[in-house]
Amino acid sequence: MEVVKIENISRVYQVGKVETRALQGVSLTIGSGEFTALVGPSGSGKTTLLQMIGCLDQPTSGRVFISGQDVTTLNRNQRADMRRGHIGFIFQFFALIPTLTAYENVEMPLLLNGHTPKERRERVMELLQAVDLSDRANNRPDQLSGGQQQRVAIARALAPKPALILADEPTANLDTANGQQVMEIMKRLNQETGVTFVFATHDPRVISYATRIVTLRDGVIEKDSAAGAK
Amino acid sequence: MLQLFKMAFRDLGRNRRRTFFSALAVAIGLALLMLMSSVINGEMGNAIQSAILLQSGHIQIRSATFDENKSSLKWEDLVVNPDQVAAQVSALPQVKAATPRLFASGFLSTGDESAGVKIYGIDPDSAANDPYRMGLLDGSFLAADDREGLLIGKPAADKLHLQVGDTVGLSVNTSNGDVLEQVFTIRGIYSTNTYAFDAATILLPLAKAQAITQTENHASTIFILLNNDADTDSVVSALQGQNLEILSWRDMNQLIVEFETMANSYIAFFYLIILAITASVIVNTLIMSVYERTREIGILSAVGMRGSRILGLFLAESSFLAVGGVILGLALGWGAVQLFNINGFYIGNMGLSGFLVGDTIRAQLMLDDILNLSAMTFIVTLLAGLYPAVTASRMEPVAALRAEK
Repeated sequence: MEVVKIENISRVYQVGKVETRALQGVSLTIGSGEFTALVGPSGSGKTTLLQMIGCLDQPTSGRVFISGQDVTTLNRNQRADMRRGHIGFIFQFFALIPTLTAYENVEMPLLLNGHTPKERRERVMELLQAVDLSDRANNRPDQLSGGQQQRVAIARALAPKPALILADEPTANLDTANGQQVMEIMKRLNQETGVTFVFATHDPRVISYATRIVTLRDGVIEKDSAAGAK
Repeated sequence: MLQLFKMAFRDLGRNRRRTFFSALAVAIGLALLMLMSSVINGEMGNAIQSAILLQSGHIQIRSATFDENKSSLKWEDLVVNPDQVAAQVSALPQVKAATPRLFASGFLSTGDESAGVKIYGIDPDSAANDPYRMGLLDGSFLAADDREGLLIGKPAADKLHLQVGDTVGLSVNTSNGDVLEQVFTIRGIYSTNTYAFDAATILLPLAKAQAITQTENHASTIFILLNNDADTDSVVSALQGQNLEILSWRDMNQLIVEFETMANSYIAFFYLIILAITASVIVNTLIMSVYERTREIGILSAVGMRGSRILGLFLAESSFLAVGGVILGLALGWGAVQLFNINGFYIGNMGLSGFLVGDTIRAQLMLDDILNLSAMTFIVTLLAGLYPAVTASRMEPVAALRAEK
């Protein structure tokens, strides 16, 4: 079953009189449960493609379908609703809300989705346990290491049981050991829950976890191949 | 919703110093408004109360032909049998005191100095004359049957170098247009702390004033004090139909009433200035907060928070600032008013003719003003938070996520 279907999308940024083509006619389909790496050098369009898939940005042309729904026709609020219900994000810079505890950060999407306090409590504790941070539930981000913060971000991304998790350079700010731990957790959760992961990276150690590698260069897909995952 | 307020509260705690100073700006704004308002209330209240107690009373009953500016002593311009009329009025439950008064103009002269004066013929026993009795600085108060004594205000006594026991010549216009002169003894020197009144008014027993002006059983007015200002209109209505003119203190103090209206217009202008300054501080604080947290706004947006909730988050912050600022402002404002009232603000003689103002202004804080000003400050602070909140809610998630931390 297709979780993501991209049809010939382009994204052109206009800065002053300068026009930059970040994506040019990209088409891609990602099936349920895939663990896909978007690779390529800086400026190749990896992050832009993730933003299109994540409904954070709109393509200049072409269409993007998430779980069968054309998200290019959605308005701002509808895209926010789509992200809240169907898509989880993991960012390079950890991206936790600094004033909230680990527990509250994971709880945030559940609150936005209107879950009951009991449902929220059970789900948050289950996820913090899954990322091995149940003893850090009451710590704020500044009391956690980079690796721990990224694990909280993973738990938050998984909280609303999304169909798709998008990770932009998830290990770029982590040392090797923490990076490896994060990738192994992502991989395990992918296998246990069947949630689709798409992550952008240019770290060969991270790429080695992927079951599929999509290589971008200058805004076009250069290569799309299955990979021998760890 | 609760989570939103929790986040907003914690966000304010991130930069406590900035939050404190922002709330302080709101507080100082409110405190200034309270002080200004209470000083104006105090000044206007003082002017109105002085005018009522010393000059106009709450109500006066006069002959329809009486012209206050001319202090006419013609019998047809005066109230006949004033004691009887006063007694009838006194029977009304709202009335504290009703007493006849005779107004005349005259001329005081000592050996080598003289001054024009307004003569008040008063019933020394009436409670309506307590302000003069209580303001006695030296000597004794008048007795009803005193035929040679008068009371003089402190500024006039100083000007004419008069002391208790001194004699002074008083020339008075009579009802038939003649001028009579008689020597009087200064029985006492009074001060109502109202320069304009004290400098120009001497007090005589009513009977003596009637005798010297040849007005006999007549008075210029029945001076009425009520227990409560608010009863004025109802008592005026009750007194209508007596074939005499019934005037309320508003009718007799048009200048003060108009001045109060004008003062209120001016003060509204100052309110606007103070609130605009307060609002600009809040806008600045919250805009800084929005730009510092741009990436965070992007994260909230990425996890699916709608713009309306982001708007709510920032409005919640400004509402916390507003609540904190208003509470602090109430304390500061109250303290400022107490401080102001330790000595009051001495203005001395302002030289306003027809306008009785005490020589010291004291602030008077009214509950209505406290509530209105607090509500106004709260609303202005919330409105000031609207622009930053809208800015935050309209941020594009991609652009927000790209922002430097």
